Amino acid sequence: MRILRLLWVGWKFHVKSLTLSAFFILTSILQPIIFASVAYFMFRTGAREGTLLYVALGAGMMGIWSSTLFGSGGAIQWQRWQGTLEYCIAVPPPFLLVILPLTLATATIGLYSLTATLVWGWLFFDVPLEVADPLAFAVALPVAVVGLGLLGLILASTFVMYRNANALSNLLEYPVWLVTGLLVSLSLMPGWVGPISWVLAPTWGVNALREAAIAGNPWPEIGMCLVLGAVYLVIGHFALQHFERLARERATLSLT
Amino acid sequence: MAVVEAIDLHRTYRTSTGTFRRKWKDVEAVRGVSFEIGEGELFGLLGPNGAGKTTTIKMLITLLIPTSGTARVLGHDVVKDAREVRKSIGYVFGGERGVYERLSGYDNLRYFAELYGVPPKRIRPRIDELLELVGLRGREQERAEGYSRGMKQRLHIARGLLHDPPVVFLDEPTIGLDPIGARELRATVASLAQAGKTILLTTHYMFEADALCDRIAVINRGQIVAEGTPADLKQRVADGTVVEVEVFGVPEGTVKRVRGLSGVLSVSVEEREQAQVIIVQTRADVELTQGILGTLDGANVGRISRREPTLEDAYVALVAEQ
Repeated sequence: MRILRLLWVGWKFHVKSLTLSAFFILTSILQPIIFASVAYFMFRTGAREGTLLYVALGAGMMGIWSSTLFGSGGAIQWQRWQGTLEYCIAVPPPFLLVILPLTLATATIGLYSLTATLVWGWLFFDVPLEVADPLAFAVALPVAVVGLGLLGLILASTFVMYRNANALSNLLEYPVWLVTGLLVSLSLMPGWVGPISWVLAPTWGVNALREAAIAGNPWPEIGMCLVLGAVYLVIGHFALQHFERLARERATLSLT
Repeated sequence: MAVVEAIDLHRTYRTSTGTFRRKWKDVEAVRGVSFEIGEGELFGLLGPNGAGKTTTIKMLITLLIPTSGTARVLGHDVVKDAREVRKSIGYVFGGERGVYERLSGYDNLRYFAELYGVPPKRIRPRIDELLELVGLRGREQERAEGYSRGMKQRLHIARGLLHDPPVVFLDEPTIGLDPIGARELRATVASLAQAGKTILLTTHYMFEADALCDRIAVINRGQIVAEGTPADLKQRVADGTVVEVEVFGVPEGTVKRVRGLSGVLSVSVEEREQAQVIIVQTRADVELTQGILGTLDGANVGRISRREPTLEDAYVALVAEQ
């Protein structure tokens, strides 16, 4: 009970903090609609499979991924700059319970991107917003967000250790869009991309949303997203323990 | 039983220079620091910038792992039982950093109350008590980015006390505060000591240590160079005299020449508006005023005075001995 309460209060705290950052919110809204426009034009000119909503959901998930990646790395680095990282490390609960709400909050803020993308598509590209299975969609959306947030947890553990690890976030943004089928269909990718996509939650998250939107069966994808999330949680827990200790040994928690 | 024990603590940092051909160097920030703090004691760790005060405190609050040596807080090892240590301590770093700027003071306190496991029903009244204690009542709903340095510092104090810890670490809490803010903060620290908290205070303000601390350890270049009550430390230079010479433009090499005079214990130079003041501690049995003036190469000299040594002089002498 206490753990759930800690996660809930931490999540609310970080969502509020991120929402009050005009820079973060503008980035979460403006950048995705630019990329969404690119995706819509690619769809129109390429005679692709699927529907416009299929493309819109992929573009929206790109925004959630960017928000998670940028947020998890940026938030930890920002906490280091503003001196709060040390205060957060030296509290009694395991560091996992301090960082997990933060990465979940960054993924949640990504919903701004998804919303902006869908509204943009509806206004300017005639994207239909009818969802075939609203219940499954309502389940798939938070599961996808949690899956991405937990993937962000693994990334955040490296950001705790390395002062300049947020450079990694720039490197990981576009490759993940491609290998998880967010931007273009995985069927267009080389065969070796398949196994990589299977271990990344965005692949299953976006497929779950697409299946729910077109009246398919999203539940296997939702299940995979949850399984991967659980695996990320275990890896993230041990990675955080390891990197937290290393950071205390090597004195990388503060800037001074 | 000692509440805080530091036993032969060492801490080495590895730093590098150069871009392509990196050269690594080990810097020993703390070199064998040992001390004990008893229950309810206000212990001061006094030293110049870079002496190892903050490194020592960070090892005690579990933020840094010692390179060697051990430390315990309430009997818990700071490395092996870090969680137990964290439950029973509060800590405050000086300066403006360390608050969530975009959120209100109340939001900051509410979040940390949860992290420190304050029971849900106690959170609101506890925050109210602390806002009252640190004088932030009425400003708690404003964003912290609009707070003055003093207000942020008081917010730090409130955050450090949320879970009513028996042991409190204060790392230069008055640094950068205006005189009134610093005085109020010292009053808060004194009230914490009266309430029975065990406190470790680091500072480089002598009068602050003198006014607040039961015992002081002077740290310089990573080592404790003296330990005792403020009176003990003053006694170390009690049989000396301090000569202050106001000079308008101290000639190069003066400090070295004064230090070479027989009977000189320490020399320091302070800037005071247009002038510099050469502060020379001497043995009581020597009269060195003429000798000091003789080292000034005809520089323009203002007021000359003699006085009894203070704790600050004791500190300067201790640090200068190194």
